[in-house]
Amino acid sequence: MTAALRFDPIRLPEKCEQLRKEVRAFLAEEIAAGTFDPHQPNREDTDAPEFSRRVGAKGWLGMTWPKKYGGQERSFLERYVVTEEMRVANAPTRRFFVADRQSGPVLLKYAPEHVKMDILPRICRGEVCFAIGMSEPNSGSDLFAAKTRATRTDGGYLINGTKIWTSSAHIADYMIAIFRTSPPTKENRRHGLTQFLVKMKQPGIKVNPIGQITGQYEFNEVVFTDHFIPDDHVLGEVDGAWKQATSELAYERSGPERFLETYYVLTELVRAVGPNPDTRSAEGIGRLVAQLHTMRRMSVSVAGMLEAGKEPVVEASIVKDIGTVWEQQLPHRVRDLAAFVEETATNRETLERQLDFAIKTAPKLTIQGGTTEVLRGIIARGLGLR
Amino acid sequence: MAESDNIVVETAEKIFADLADPQTINNDKQGTWQAPLWQALSEAGLPLAWVPDDLGGSGASLADGFALLNAAGRFAVAVPLAETMLAGWLLAQAKITSPEGEMTVLPASPKDRITLDADGALSGRARGVPFAKSAKHFAVLAHGKDGFSIALVAAAKARIEAGLNVGYDHSDTVTLDKVQPLALKAAPKGLDQTTVMLMGGVARSLQIAGALESMLDISVRYSNERVAFEKKISKFQAVQHNLARLAGESAAALAAATSAADAIANATSFDDEVYLEAASAKIRCAEAAEKGGAIAHQVHGAIGFTMEHILHRYSLRALAWRDDFGSESYWAVELGKLVADRGADELWPLVASR
Repeated sequence: MTAALRFDPIRLPEKCEQLRKEVRAFLAEEIAAGTFDPHQPNREDTDAPEFSRRVGAKGWLGMTWPKKYGGQERSFLERYVVTEEMRVANAPTRRFFVADRQSGPVLLKYAPEHVKMDILPRICRGEVCFAIGMSEPNSGSDLFAAKTRATRTDGGYLINGTKIWTSSAHIADYMIAIFRTSPPTKENRRHGLTQFLVKMKQPGIKVNPIGQITGQYEFNEVVFTDHFIPDDHVLGEVDGAWKQATSELAYERSGPERFLETYYVLTELVRAVGPNPDTRSAEGIGRLVAQLHTMRRMSVSVAGMLEAGKEPVVEASIVKDIGTVWEQQLPHRVRDLAAFVEETATNRETLERQLDFAIKTAPKLTIQGGTTEVLRGIIARGLGLR
Repeated sequence: MAESDNIVVETAEKIFADLADPQTINNDKQGTWQAPLWQALSEAGLPLAWVPDDLGGSGASLADGFALLNAAGRFAVAVPLAETMLAGWLLAQAKITSPEGEMTVLPASPKDRITLDADGALSGRARGVPFAKSAKHFAVLAHGKDGFSIALVAAAKARIEAGLNVGYDHSDTVTLDKVQPLALKAAPKGLDQTTVMLMGGVARSLQIAGALESMLDISVRYSNERVAFEKKISKFQAVQHNLARLAGESAAALAAATSAADAIANATSFDDEVYLEAASAKIRCAEAAEKGGAIAHQVHGAIGFTMEHILHRYSLRALAWRDDFGSESYWAVELGKLVADRGADELWPLVASR
């Protein structure tokens, strides 16, 4: 067989189910206390610093990391449960989820010890927010065409250039970014980029918010003008960021957030059709649930492989490809099915308001964090086509 | 799926490779391959894999049997292996000894009904019964006034109207008119027609997933051989992206089917969670058969549309298997009703139950 794709049926261990109960109870308390409204994905409270600290106090941030950095040394499957429960509840995770999922693991691998000791415990306590600086005005999917320069100076680097579409940069305390330290070579066009830890809210950094078609301001333009970064904030090999970028992608690409972004409209549709749906609604809901269940099984399977120390890069890309296309189509399929929902359904207005927002959210889902086209290229390489 | 570490599957794969090579079978218009293949499978105890030793079988686990069905799908095996396995499994639920030879299951559709009358005779019509024409015996699930019974019936006692499914395999209408069974026992508590349909549906899901794995495999290989516009078609991005989508459909089918099989193999009862697994597998695998098969054909172009090429052995069978033991439309309606009945706030707990 040319394609040895594996999706073994991984089951969540018993300790995960106990944890799930704890997370649900915590979220129910937060909802009761008015921290957030689970039926209202379009809102201004997505940055919730106090909520973030309370999640940290529960030990649910950096939970797979070593204890000496504030982690809990728990499994990826336990982290999976926390992530999916937060997502399904529409909890305001914006402040911590990038740091927890992506930035923390990068620091763990590449930051000097004193930087790890300084920052990782603060991530675990829910105190710091991270952004990721990849795209630039003239380079998006073509990551290695980045031009923002890091020029050698006394004790560090001076940064000049612009990052763009940087989610959360306006609230972030840190950014992990790639900057150009050398020109690409003839042999390797990916050469010459270096990963840096950037301390935000410092001189030489200007953050300009950009309005999105949803009406929100989540992403930004970040302009660097002679911004100084000290040597100990270089992450990994100088000029060798390309070697570091790929192995983390499996973590980033296969989580529950890759198919649950618009899940709330499905719940609300089930509520709207009531206990005795007509055949059309029943069939529509049944198909969507079967597709959702299948993706979750695939995603849990990848989490199980990560837990076992494997690097299922192709499988993770498949999960993100199928998952994001599904969550993008979901609001439209729900809209189809909602067309005949009784005028008297008590949650009709909620459903319509949610659909309005989900339909506007949908286009970004197959773009952010690696476009569908990039993912299919990775899958094709895994199949031996390139 | 990677090389098997399962002795049942290893044995089967060796037999399939020797006696069910798709190209050889495809060239053999007389069907002379069927008898030796069935004989080898029988000698290895595979058709009665799910029947305990004391009831005439080889006593393999449910999990091993499911893995065997997935392997059978990878070879698009066109003998009643899955059907005989399911029939043997059903008979064993009532401790009825399995006879030798090909069997199949009645009914094979959730809407059909076989009834048991007070004299112990069976009546009713079952449509779309796979391989009824070549079966020696039927394992029958019958409705009686005291609940469900399981019966062994000689095929010679039934009226069979032969038909073919879209994969050119027998899919026949079987009519029983006051037929006295060879053996008849009450079904164990909790086993009803839904159980049999879910079990059959998961078998078909695994076969579809296997067929898709092979379709992906031969499509990738073909794209790396075929040259057009002076380069291999695998180098065209449009083709690469189509094949990436086929890999996705194949992966989804495999994940859904193996997860459902695992759920049944470890289940103590057919509760809502097992229902979700099994119904979802049939729905998602059927969808993958359509989408994935279309891509495999697109990659192959005209050659894949010929009887000479082996692609149709997989693509058409995968499409045909959608219809058996409840189509995806049927299961979607049933699953949708279950979800609606549980209520909106119980959907996520069901999905996240394992």
